Amino acid sequence: MSDRLSVLKTYKLYVGGKFPRSESGRVYEVTDAKDNWLANAPLASRKDARDAVVAARKAFGGWSGATAYNRGQILYRTAEMLEGRRDQFTAEVADAEGLSKAKAAAQVDAAIDRWVWYAGWSDKVTQIAGSANPVAGPYFNLSAPEPTGVVAVLAPQESSFLGLVSVIAPAIVTGNTAVVVASEKAPLPALSLAEVLATSDLPGGVVNLLSGRTAELAAPLAAHQDVNAIDLTGAGAELAGELETAAADNLKRVLRPRAADWTAEPGTERLLAFLETKTVWHPMGV
Amino acid sequence: MSSAFDYAPAPESRAVVDLAPAYGLFIDGEFTEGTGGDLRKTVSPATEEVLAEYTQGTADDVDRAVKAARTAFGKWSALPGAERAKYLFRIARIIQERSRELAVLETLDNGKPIRESRDADLPLVAAHFFYYAGWADKLGHAGFGPDPRPLGVAGQVIPWNFPLLMLAWKVAPALACGNTVVLKPAETTPLSALFFADICRQAGLPKGVVNIVTGDGSTGAALVAHPGIDKVAFTGSTEVGKAIARTVAGTDKRLTLELGGKAANIVFDDAPLDQAVEGIVNGIFFNQGHVCCAGSRLLVQESVQDELLDALKRRMATLRVGDPLDKNTDIGAINSAEQLARITELADAGEAEGAERWSPACELPGSGYWFAPTLFTGVTQAHRIAREEVFGPVLSVLTFRTPEEAVEKANNTPYGLSAGIWTEKGSRMLWMASKLRAGVIWSNTFNKFDPASPFGGYKESGFGREGGRHGLEAYLNV
Repeated sequence: MSDRLSVLKTYKLYVGGKFPRSESGRVYEVTDAKDNWLANAPLASRKDARDAVVAARKAFGGWSGATAYNRGQILYRTAEMLEGRRDQFTAEVADAEGLSKAKAAAQVDAAIDRWVWYAGWSDKVTQIAGSANPVAGPYFNLSAPEPTGVVAVLAPQESSFLGLVSVIAPAIVTGNTAVVVASEKAPLPALSLAEVLATSDLPGGVVNLLSGRTAELAAPLAAHQDVNAIDLTGAGAELAGELETAAADNLKRVLRPRAADWTAEPGTERLLAFLETKTVWHPMGV
Repeated sequence: MSSAFDYAPAPESRAVVDLAPAYGLFIDGEFTEGTGGDLRKTVSPATEEVLAEYTQGTADDVDRAVKAARTAFGKWSALPGAERAKYLFRIARIIQERSRELAVLETLDNGKPIRESRDADLPLVAAHFFYYAGWADKLGHAGFGPDPRPLGVAGQVIPWNFPLLMLAWKVAPALACGNTVVLKPAETTPLSALFFADICRQAGLPKGVVNIVTGDGSTGAALVAHPGIDKVAFTGSTEVGKAIARTVAGTDKRLTLELGGKAANIVFDDAPLDQAVEGIVNGIFFNQGHVCCAGSRLLVQESVQDELLDALKRRMATLRVGDPLDKNTDIGAINSAEQLARITELADAGEAEGAERWSPACELPGSGYWFAPTLFTGVTQAHRIAREEVFGPVLSVLTFRTPEEAVEKANNTPYGLSAGIWTEKGSRMLWMASKLRAGVIWSNTFNKFDPASPFGGYKESGFGREGGRHGLEAYLNV
């Protein structure tokens, strides 16, 4: 009689800084690599996806208008919070991906380090991607990158945590807001990441996390007229083609899926994929 | 408002242009007949005179051109960058040598004033080749990795508003990066691209590096869909841009799009009004308003509306509309009957929807396609003329009271190509520039272009940048 019955966690979505259940009331069974039941994750609906876009749009002005220094501080704060939950994420990643504790811990460590790496980019990317342009005339002419807006992110299916942070951090560090569809089979590390984001000074709505059927959620996001870009990393080749076609309706910026080694140091590709270049001209003279 | 002076005609000589009766396609370094045998006529929009016949390229022709470009790609991309640079420098120099000829040709075929083709288009065309020539042997320093590689064969489709300039924007960076190209010029303005083929010949450019396939939209669609191309670059309407994005979806082809715009030109009460008037006129009447970044929505602060509009109307009354070859002409011919019909329809809709229409007294020539410079006041954001791209000399005037309202109205469009700000207050200008969702912001100036300056849009104005270091990215495997 001394065995204590553990308290199970009810996983929820993360939308607009709040933790709603799916408006549909649906859940689906999440199992570990050996098919043991882990939890009932919310099976987000198309309506949840649209709600998440509304939340992301609402957050865009404030987040993109924050100073780069401030965004970097907030991302770094997230890494601090992640570090404190290292053991929890290690257990969840081990379950989700069928890894040994040691391998899962390595994934979590890499993910935290990746988040820190991206945090440092917030106040550097403008200098790398911007330029002063020597035009043939008496003009001050400066090009600087700006966030494109609301980015829909289909997180990688296999790498439930390292892959996940590797696609979220570059999208938001530059000022975009994101609607993220977690790995369909292994969504629990993503839903727990939401708890970290909520306690890291990150404004509500900057990252919105949905769990459910990737194909079902991706379709309305790809077609949504208020989504500016879509990262198709978590879509299979056939689905990616369909989504890219739908994305053409409002000329979303599209990041196509490609084979990724999440352990390798990322380049700037994912940062630059969701940036616009704004060029300002002004006459010079006295 | 009557004109104080009459100007004697000052037409530029046409003798400098030697037009052939008919042109084939430029494939693998040679002019060749099209497989379909179908010839089309290209006319002078100012006179409706037939200038020459050109070939309607078929899917088979596109296939031949792509194969020629593919074959040429191996050697061209393997050339040391410094050698590719020298070809581009040669092309730039020959363009300068032949710039008068090309300017007259462009004005004949397009209808734009010779003053603009001579003083704006051609110098910029040469400057683009010079600028990108210098990049060809410095690509490793461009910030896209130490050894960026070209993509392969680029399929490029360009519009009729700046036929030779758009060619330069597309061809110069593509070749500098080591790609080969198949370019389809617009169906109403194919001639300057065919003359460019001759410049490639004079420059000794290897066969197949540049291929020109003329024809209509079906030729362009065949090029975009061809499985043998690695990159699509398109400048034109948002509607066609979306169709191209759908065609390219699910393939490995890279895509850049320069599409439409509905730029706001925002005038604050502290703006230098005389300069603002010049900027507004230049913003909407340059090239008959056939400019994707044209300042077609004037947002004027309510307190200076009357003063500004009076000055603007006075200035518009001095614009001379007529023979594009005349050196005194400010506004030339509308490029085609179809475009004239579209402008007319939209302007009529503006009146029908309750906006007030005004044009200066001006006599339009009897033949050709013409549209008087036109101003609409009392325009609201719901009016079609405030939402749709007119692509003609039609300006819609809206008002605002606060900077916040100006931002709100300026951004209230699916487009995001360009915007103008007129204010003497630097802090306000920089605040506005940061709030406007557009790729190019002209402050106290408008419609300035330079090969060193990236150009391109936000939102439905397309993606990718042309010009500057940023413009290299579209043609490199990064």
